[in-house]
Amino acid sequence: MLIQLKNITKEYDNIGVITKVLRGVSLDVKEGEFLAIMGPSGSGKSTLMHIIGFLDRSTDGTYLFDNENIKGLNDDELAYIRNERIGFVFQSFNLLARTTVLDNVILPLTYSKKKNHKELATKALEAVGLGNRLSFLSNQISGGQKQRVAIARALVCDPKVIFADEPTGNLDSKSGATVMNILGRLNSEGRTIILVTHDRNVAEHADRIITIKDGSIIKDEKNLNKRKSEMIEDEDL
Amino acid sequence: MRHFFKNIKIVVKNLLSRKARSFLTVLGIVIGVAGVIIIISLGAGAQALVLGQITKLGTNIIGILPGKSDETGPPAAVFGVQIKTLVEADVEAIKNKTRVPHAVDIVSVVRGNVTITFGDQSIDTTFTATDGSYIRVQNVEMDRGVFFSDEEGRAAANVIILGYDVAEQLFPNGGGLGEIVKLKSNSNSFGSIPFRIIGVQEKLGTVAFQNQDDQVFIPFKIGQRQILGIDYVQFIRVRTDTPENVKTTIEDIEGVLREQHRIKNVTDDDFAVRDLADAIKILTSITDALRMFLGLMAGISLIVGGIGIMNIMLVTVSERTREIGLRKALGATSSQIRNQFLVEAVVLTGIGGILGIVLGIIISYIIALGARYAGYDWSFVISPLAIILAVFVSSLTGIIFGLFPAIKAAKLDPIDALRYE
Repeated sequence: MLIQLKNITKEYDNIGVITKVLRGVSLDVKEGEFLAIMGPSGSGKSTLMHIIGFLDRSTDGTYLFDNENIKGLNDDELAYIRNERIGFVFQSFNLLARTTVLDNVILPLTYSKKKNHKELATKALEAVGLGNRLSFLSNQISGGQKQRVAIARALVCDPKVIFADEPTGNLDSKSGATVMNILGRLNSEGRTIILVTHDRNVAEHADRIITIKDGSIIKDEKNLNKRKSEMIEDEDL
Repeated sequence: MRHFFKNIKIVVKNLLSRKARSFLTVLGIVIGVAGVIIIISLGAGAQALVLGQITKLGTNIIGILPGKSDETGPPAAVFGVQIKTLVEADVEAIKNKTRVPHAVDIVSVVRGNVTITFGDQSIDTTFTATDGSYIRVQNVEMDRGVFFSDEEGRAAANVIILGYDVAEQLFPNGGGLGEIVKLKSNSNSFGSIPFRIIGVQEKLGTVAFQNQDDQVFIPFKIGQRQILGIDYVQFIRVRTDTPENVKTTIEDIEGVLREQHRIKNVTDDDFAVRDLADAIKILTSITDALRMFLGLMAGISLIVGGIGIMNIMLVTVSERTREIGLRKALGATSSQIRNQFLVEAVVLTGIGGILGIVLGIIISYIIALGARYAGYDWSFVISPLAIILAVFVSSLTGIIFGLFPAIKAAKLDPIDALRYE
């Protein structure tokens, strides 16, 4: 099992007022799975994702990643996992402004021990169909292309899991479809994908859909009508 | 070390992608550093100028001023207070060779304002009424003609020596020797007095912030009695035979004057006898105060520069906090973030410091050139201490305000930093 969550809780203490965002979530994710976490806004799905993705810490509960309890890891070891073993795609892309596409993808490599940064980054960008945009600045490309740069950046250190937090939330339907196709293809190549969305159509790209409401999992189902990933069209300029 | 250079490469890329912010930060440091260097250089230059001019007069000159003053403070006359305790009888007493053996030349001086008229031209200027030996005491050099002799001085002959600028205005084509000019006091009702021009002083330029060429010299008695209408002496200058005898001569003169003024107690002195060493001491204390004041202004310019840096850093904290969140999400450790920001602050303040030093030195040099062009004997002084202080303080500001928020942000969980508003 790649990810095992047991009774994960998350509370925010806002000047004495305690808000429970996650109320004991247990969840197993196998390697190679394509999992979608669904739920209305405020359900706690993003918080869960951030905890699984090492961006946030749970208040209580056990989290085993690759059979290792992360509670015993220090900050630098967590940074290493974020760098080498997982990749993160955000709704708002989070690219470095006024920086080239290539340098944005190189960014995680500067924190790793890997060599040949340029080749690795170029390869990752070719994989998302942006091999011809290397020297563009991140603010000179479209939203769909930005998200593909972000996927290349998540991919560049060759992680086991890619986390995508509402990856299509800021995109039009066509760019959104392209992004989902890329994620589907990455999954078919054996990579674990964990996706957060409130959009059923987006969630249906996954093998398995769990639904969260008020901080608890209320449904965990196999997706029977999974959408097929289409070939990536070479997107127009 | 390899890691450090890798860091520098990342940082330079990063800074270039934020040109405006980097420029403004650097500008704050440049202004702070250049400001301090210029101000300190000006202060040191002005001090060197004033002291240099005083020392040029020679070290065997003694000045006697009316009124008591303590050792280090400026004499009362500096503040424009007229004290009448020095009289000609005192001068005569000092001239007594058996009492003051090492005094070679003793001159009495009064000064005032007059209008000098030649034909239909009138100029307002300053006159110095003194004795013939003034030329030896003050090292006066003549452009043409002669200074009046001791005899002419004593006889109160109606002769006059013009300062260079005065001669230039009255006789633009040169000459003027032997012509008659009329002096009229601005402060009393004596009529115009005719004087024959016997000399023109060489061009001196500006010394101690006074134009030395805008004045005329006349014999003491005429200036004192007929123009100013007074019976006291404003100050006395004494030249000793050698600089070594200055101290004994001061004591001799003090003894004579106490006897003249019937003073029993030193603390009751109504005069002050000073040599140039004293004058230099006083001027140094005055110019030191000036320098301290300038230093204070320099400090303010540093604070202004520092606040500029601080503002830019603080304004960008939220942007930078999100960037730190992103970098952490992508796998940066807290120490990598801290190092990046430290190197960034060092690079920025380093560039700013170097530019500030260069700019400060260039501007100080231009000012020195300008001052020399304007006739001052200005020396170009750069204080290494000022440079070190300026660079240290602005670097510190830059590093503290650049690094502190970064360290704080690096300690956050990535998601909190990413969400920072």
